[in-house]
Amino acid sequence: MCLGIPGEVIEFLPDQADLARVDVSGVKRVINVGLLADERVEPGDWVLIHVGFALSKIDEAEAAAALQFLEGIGQAYEDELAALAESRIE
Amino acid sequence: MTAPHDSPARASWVEEALREHEALQRTQHEQARGEHDEIVGEATQFEHHGSPQPLPGTVREELVLERIDRARRARPRVREDRITMSHGAGGKATQTLIEAVFLDTFRNPLLEPLEDAAQLHVNGARVAMTTDSYVVKPLFFPGGDIGDLAVNGTVNDLSMAGAVPLYLSAGFILEEGFGVADLARIAASMQAAAIRAGVQVVTGDTKVVEKGKADGCYINTAGLGIIEHGISLGVAHARPGDVIMVSGPIGDHGVTIMLARGELDIEADITSDTAPLNGLVAGLLAAAPGVRALRDATRGGVATILNEIAAAAGVGVVVTEDDIPVRVQVRGASELLGIDPMYVACEGRLVAVVSPEDADSALAALKAHPQGTDAAVIGMVTAGPPGIVQLKTAFGGTRIVDLLVGDPLPRIC
Amino acid sequence: MKFVDEFRDADKAHALAARIAALCEPGRQYKLMEVCGGHTHTIYKHGLEDYLPEQITLVHGPGCPVCVIPMGRVDDAMALASEPDVIMTSFGDMMRVPGSNGSFFDAKARGTDIRMVYSPLDSLKIARQNPDKRVVFMAIGFETTAPSTAMTVLRAAAEGLANFSIFCNHVTIIPAIKAILDSPDLRLDGFIGPGHVSTVIGCRPYEFIARDYGKPVVVAGFEPLDILQSIYLLMLQLSRRAAAIENQYSRVVPWDGNAVALRAIGQTMELRPYFEWRGLGFISHSALKVRQEYAQFDAETLFSVPGVRVADPKACQCGEVLKGVLKPWECKVFGTACTPETPIGTCMVSPEGACAAYYNYGRLTRQRVKEASTS
Repeated sequence: MCLGIPGEVIEFLPDQADLARVDVSGVKRVINVGLLADERVEPGDWVLIHVGFALSKIDEAEAAAALQFLEGIGQAYEDELAALAESRIE
Repeated sequence: MTAPHDSPARASWVEEALREHEALQRTQHEQARGEHDEIVGEATQFEHHGSPQPLPGTVREELVLERIDRARRARPRVREDRITMSHGAGGKATQTLIEAVFLDTFRNPLLEPLEDAAQLHVNGARVAMTTDSYVVKPLFFPGGDIGDLAVNGTVNDLSMAGAVPLYLSAGFILEEGFGVADLARIAASMQAAAIRAGVQVVTGDTKVVEKGKADGCYINTAGLGIIEHGISLGVAHARPGDVIMVSGPIGDHGVTIMLARGELDIEADITSDTAPLNGLVAGLLAAAPGVRALRDATRGGVATILNEIAAAAGVGVVVTEDDIPVRVQVRGASELLGIDPMYVACEGRLVAVVSPEDADSALAALKAHPQGTDAAVIGMVTAGPPGIVQLKTAFGGTRIVDLLVGDPLPRIC
Repeated sequence: MKFVDEFRDADKAHALAARIAALCEPGRQYKLMEVCGGHTHTIYKHGLEDYLPEQITLVHGPGCPVCVIPMGRVDDAMALASEPDVIMTSFGDMMRVPGSNGSFFDAKARGTDIRMVYSPLDSLKIARQNPDKRVVFMAIGFETTAPSTAMTVLRAAAEGLANFSIFCNHVTIIPAIKAILDSPDLRLDGFIGPGHVSTVIGCRPYEFIARDYGKPVVVAGFEPLDILQSIYLLMLQLSRRAAAIENQYSRVVPWDGNAVALRAIGQTMELRPYFEWRGLGFISHSALKVRQEYAQFDAETLFSVPGVRVADPKACQCGEVLKGVLKPWECKVFGTACTPETPIGTCMVSPEGACAAYYNYGRLTRQRVKEASTS
């Protein structure tokens, strides 16, 4: 019973309802995407996989925003460290 | 479901397990550290009664950890009355079984080191001897078959003792109904592997059992090799400051087998890494006399070997997650399966413990050989805490890597 | 790995750690609970506590669905597995959980047909391939997993499978959180909210925590940076004396949850009037069972299950660990009589249990960790 991991949708299985092939780091697995019936899911989309089902579609915009926040924190930190190093009261 | 007010049953095995432990603790008390346990007892009482001077949290935690260490050092006992798959996984249960049943019964100084091969003196020559059984399922998989595994595995166990592998035996247990063509294919693989490794199969045995047993084919091997003068390898020789390296990416074999079982609807381009390592080892030992120990990372994976080093030499081991080579696909498959590549078997990788002076030449020697092109330094031996393996995570934190419990990947070799 | 590696960057972790430390008021102690077992696992696996100042303590919560299953239910599952012609299928985490007479693993050694699966769909496949056997799926998990079980039952119904049923032990997270909030033993400052449960139930169900109890909640992802960022957001709220629900895991968690998933659950399952949780006692409306309309897929209807209550062993302090009252090493049997190899309680046997996580990964004091990482 693993945690959810992200995978990229490669293709839908033509004759099987709700089944799609996903790719996780080059490893391919068939999963059930029935829980995402209310959304448009297309090859190239990323989904969260849990016990053989896609639970949620990963929102790339939100992911980018989250990363940007982290970059910002990282950059601000670097700036602070740099400023600290430069301002020496002697 | 019964309503809440019925009086509940009790699990008697728990009370028994506790009584055993209390008995064990009493004997340990008598041996030395009665005071410490009293302090722990008092400390926990202080917590409950709100005394003005409880011991600080970190001190109490240390006392508990000491208590745990003592429990871990206790004499191994097999608690189960039946063998479970855990006993075959190469982790804690396997170790306990070996120590409590086999080591205890056969006890002699040649057996005690429990290395991959026994090191014997026969009429002035130093001979290495090893034995292995192969129960892999499926028999044929991407990258090899049970035959390759049998020859390479035996050759490798001898090589880990620093021996030049020479002769193998091959005993077959065949299931009634097994295809003769398949058997011929396995034998051909074994011969090809033997030629590649420069060894010969010189004796063997064949048995047949009824349909339903032996799952097609089981193979048992024994191997003999000669250890050259001056070579003395063993995990107990590891010392603080020694460098630990691995000869290539880990986890390929175990994951290949899991996927080859076909139960999981997972497709990936991963093949078993089964290969003979004697050439690699010869080059390594020639270039780096400061090699202290070699182990091939089979059942239980690299994590098991690191724990064996720490336990045998009474040292600590620290490895860095980012430095451990793992193929991207092995990592992906492991995440999907919820397993940790550190515990997954390889069949063509070794872990080497090398003195710091010789580390550079050792790594260069590994990389110069086709079996070791992706070799990497993964960590080092430290003074302590003894017996503990720590991992510096990619994230910068630290965690422990303990021996495997249970059996996530049954019958992979 | 995309969406994973970026959230494991150590440099950003240091930046967040500095910010978190800066938000700590001098002399004040903070207790933050991570509800979900998956978070506990990540915290120990990546050594996250090393990044937090001494003033912040992470308290481990009851969000480990294996940990909260009482021994009696395990015995019930073992009884089902021993029925003639039954193939019991289960996730790996359940295999070593001990009942009063051993675990699935032990039963397997005695010859019972118990198979490990990675998905309830695998169980369905086994049912199709073995028409002469009755296949039972041990359904465990919070709302994260219940939709998958529900979809599997719907699929079994659509295919008219006659030999498949589930032994339903799904539990719901909100009653557990409420039990923690109402517990007199705990004074928590905030919650790291469950990530994957929230993909199904959304963030609204947590609003009562801020509104009625005045505690902030940040729904968090499972990568180390997700958790650190969530702690940072909690500390920010606390420094502003705020109490609101925030969604740090917005790349995966929709505020309103997954309607399809909730519909599937609603169609196939309903709440039990009460259910016993290991260590927390009986909690009303906290667990799911199969609806009457799908009774042919309900193992409890098809088979007679003993239903005997087994008391938690006196020495087992899983309950207090699950509530966050005790740290794993404070349990008297931790690491001695109770180890991952010889577990007494569920917290030690489940990979998401706090005791297992601490024993397997975290088992060193902070002092020793600092020493070791500088050597």
